[in-house]
Amino acid sequence: MNDVIGLAPWLVGFPLIGAAILLLGGKATDRWGHWLGVLASAASGVVGFILMFRMIGMPAEERSVDHHLWTWLSAGDLDVDLGIRLDPLSLTFVMLVTFVGTLIHVYSVAYMDHDPHRRRFFAYLNLFVAAMLTLVLADSYLLLFVGWEGVGLASYLLIGFWDTGRPAARENAVAAKKAFVMNRVGDMGLIAAMALLFANTGALDFATTLSDDGVGSLSQATATAVGLCLLLAACGKSAQFPLQAWLGDAMAGPTPVSALIHAATMVTAGVYLMVRSGPILEAAPTAQLVVVLVGAVTLLFGAVVGTAKDDIKKALAASTMSQIGYMMLAAGLGPAGYAFAIFHLLTHGFFKAGLFLGAGSVMHAMGDETDMRRYGGLSRFLPITWITMGLGWLAILGIPPFSGFWSKDGIIEAAFIPVDGQPWRAWVFGSVTVLGAAITAFYMTRLFFMTFGGRRPRWKDNRHPHEGSPLMWWPLVFLGVGSAALGAVLGIGGTFTTWLEPVVGHAEHHEPVLPVPVIMTVTILVVVLGALLAFRMYAVNVVPEEAPRGSVLTRAARRDLYQDAANETLVMRPALGLARVVEAGDREVVDRGWAALPQTVSWFGSVFRRAQSGYVRSYAAGMAGGVLVIAVVAWLVGGLGGAQ
Amino acid sequence: MTPAGLEISGGETALFWVIAPLMVLAALGLLFVKRAVHAAMCLVFVMVSMAILYIAQEAPFLGVVQVVVYTGAVMMLFLFVLMLVGVDASDSLTETIRGQRWIGVLIGIGLAAVLAGVVARAAFPPAVGLSGGDPGGIANPTALARVLFGDYGVAMEAVGVLLVTAAVGALVLTHRRRLTPKRTQRSVADSRIKALPDGVVLTPLPSPGVYARSNAMDTPALGPDGEQVPQSVSRVLRIRGQERPAPDIPAAELVETRVSAEEEA
Amino acid sequence: MDITNYVVLAAALFAIGATTVLLRRNAIVVFMGVELMLNATNLAFVTFARMHGDVTGQVLAFFVMVVAAAEVVVGLAIIVTIFRTRRSASVDDVNLLRG
Repeated sequence: MNDVIGLAPWLVGFPLIGAAILLLGGKATDRWGHWLGVLASAASGVVGFILMFRMIGMPAEERSVDHHLWTWLSAGDLDVDLGIRLDPLSLTFVMLVTFVGTLIHVYSVAYMDHDPHRRRFFAYLNLFVAAMLTLVLADSYLLLFVGWEGVGLASYLLIGFWDTGRPAARENAVAAKKAFVMNRVGDMGLIAAMALLFANTGALDFATTLSDDGVGSLSQATATAVGLCLLLAACGKSAQFPLQAWLGDAMAGPTPVSALIHAATMVTAGVYLMVRSGPILEAAPTAQLVVVLVGAVTLLFGAVVGTAKDDIKKALAASTMSQIGYMMLAAGLGPAGYAFAIFHLLTHGFFKAGLFLGAGSVMHAMGDETDMRRYGGLSRFLPITWITMGLGWLAILGIPPFSGFWSKDGIIEAAFIPVDGQPWRAWVFGSVTVLGAAITAFYMTRLFFMTFGGRRPRWKDNRHPHEGSPLMWWPLVFLGVGSAALGAVLGIGGTFTTWLEPVVGHAEHHEPVLPVPVIMTVTILVVVLGALLAFRMYAVNVVPEEAPRGSVLTRAARRDLYQDAANETLVMRPALGLARVVEAGDREVVDRGWAALPQTVSWFGSVFRRAQSGYVRSYAAGMAGGVLVIAVVAWLVGGLGGAQ
Repeated sequence: MTPAGLEISGGETALFWVIAPLMVLAALGLLFVKRAVHAAMCLVFVMVSMAILYIAQEAPFLGVVQVVVYTGAVMMLFLFVLMLVGVDASDSLTETIRGQRWIGVLIGIGLAAVLAGVVARAAFPPAVGLSGGDPGGIANPTALARVLFGDYGVAMEAVGVLLVTAAVGALVLTHRRRLTPKRTQRSVADSRIKALPDGVVLTPLPSPGVYARSNAMDTPALGPDGEQVPQSVSRVLRIRGQERPAPDIPAAELVETRVSAEEEA
Repeated sequence: MDITNYVVLAAALFAIGATTVLLRRNAIVVFMGVELMLNATNLAFVTFARMHGDVTGQVLAFFVMVVAAAEVVVGLAIIVTIFRTRRSASVDDVNLLRG
């Protein structure tokens, strides 16, 4: 390992240099800049492959290497070394980010072909890859935070990529700001968690804080607080309840961005944080329960919203939220769930990226139309997109043997594992995951058939849908193959679980409250039922071009279950009111108080001004009088001339 | 050297008691006389008396300087300025600033009282006198010069610079920039010819006093028609009302003649 | 006679000079008041020089004279300038600096 560890910094270095060249090079790099971006990402991927193959060849207990680069901060008791942690968890992410990232880079070359700012787009994409790799490779919370903020910045820049400053592009600017602000709320959690950790363990690197000694020095209450703060951070980054509102709007960005950042990688950073901080969460069962609760709520929330959305990207965004809810839930289940959380993250990264890129392909063909009610019958026109998205659809449904089955089924089984003293948990969370799977089947089938199925096309006659260039459909093929096969390759025989064991620890095998075959059968049954229901409604029946009014629940789901209204009422308006009160206080009390000072001075001035008559004799009288007074006082006090 | 004490001679005592009240009176004149010229004369008197007192007080050099600088230069400068401003520019003694008179009087009295009190209560050492008990002491100007150019050489230089600066400053302050073209003889003649239609006379004005019995400045000339020519009398006299019209002269002369006749008788 | 009589005379002249400065309105007379005050102090200096047997007092009086001469030159120049522009030698007319 030591012979290739020197390559590790280049994982971050290549895309970072790429971003720097593209941003600083300006228009000179316009012609070849996008290929440089692809190259930087691919080079990073090659380095990742080399490192991973070396690590596979090592014994399991040596598969965690901290590569010290240099001392970063040395302030008082705090010494933070900048270093890279290479272990199965971080390398899994490296592979996901670089492989999917490179595919999306290639896809973007074609997708952004007509955009005058394509070079800038690739600069931001490279910046994102560099930041994301920093996040997952960091060996301390502080460096992780750097990457955390870096991906937030890249996300902000890319959501607002099409913000031209014109009123028509307002949506982009607002969405970017919304994402940025809500992420800041989460970042506060991460900063607070770091402060607590430093105060209690005196360090911020994983090696110290996550060791048995480090976690042991935290009291139960502190561990709970740290866990909840980390959860807040994860909620912000991963669009989990209650900080989920930004993800839907973030779809205003270009579709490759939605695929890479808001589906496959960045939004899963919260799950990474949870799994990485596993030892702390295990020391705080309350925090763990809250993590599971958040995951369960988000899972259902996203699924319900997904059923009502007509915008293909927003439907996929809701689906992403829901799937990350699965991962969170798994991450809160302890060692039994970690591996499946990451496994689902990996497979989800493939099939959701594929679905998003497929959606991008559809939009490309339909002239940027996103309303699914204007699609229909596209399978004839876009065969490659149809097949690859079909693979992604089957994968997210969890139909065996497609990849989603292997990971999601693992989570559902883990959710059914009983917890000592709280038997209700297994039943409640197990049922939620099964219910979520059913709703997922419904809305994904709805999406799929509204787009590709249907008896007749619903678009206008002047559209001529066709596949894009090979640069666009080759990535789709790769991701489609991944959606189909990755789960089976890694899932059969528990290959992936074993691979992650050095990081997440070995999970004792517990029996779920129901026999595993029963759970599996029931799950597949409800999934098929949900899919059939959607097929009947959206493939057999005619889809109306205008959305029907729908039930109360449908209307609520269309408006994201009133998340924006809730945020406005609960947070924005009170904060605004507080700001008004403070502002009024500042204006009425502080400003007036300070204004009184110069007014007083001014008043004294106007009084004493009268002494300035301009008559030189008056001044002379003042002087002479002063001399007289001083002389008299000196005489009285000092006995001037009184000395004998 | 034990101070031998200073004997003030009877002559000096007499001198002091004669001069001091006169000086105070002259100084009060500064306060009360109406015309600035009179005030200047009062001050000249005070200063000359001061010079006498200096000489009496063993300061002959200062006495001479006092006469030369103050009465000779400073007071002459005052008189020049008075002439520039107008000899006759008298000061009305009515007060314009409300309360200033009482304030001034009170402060003046107060100053006098405080100073008198200080002088009265101060414990002065017994007077020594400059030549003291040392008859062979150095004569005044020489002693003064020793100190002046010895101990106070730098101050002396500084004062020299100050004087030069003051002279230059006065020049700068009184310098007037020419705003209009210079009036030459030609331009005066041209302007007078141009003003002919307005009744300006080109020839010189008639001279005054061309009259049989009187040939004084204040008497107007008589024209060929026997009428008086007012322009023949100086403008200043006319404005002051000091001209004497021709018809008045015979009567005045008559009175004069009669008075002298009576005196002779 | 006591030598302090000279000092008393100086004090009286000084007070009269000060009162002149305060009461007279003609700038030239005001100036004369200032000169009177300076002369009074000179008399005191000379008297003290004699009293203490030290000629330095006379030196100081000399310097006062020189400075007074310089002051008179500048002061009168100012008065002339003011008179030229305002046609008046009254100190009360020059009150442009009123607050």
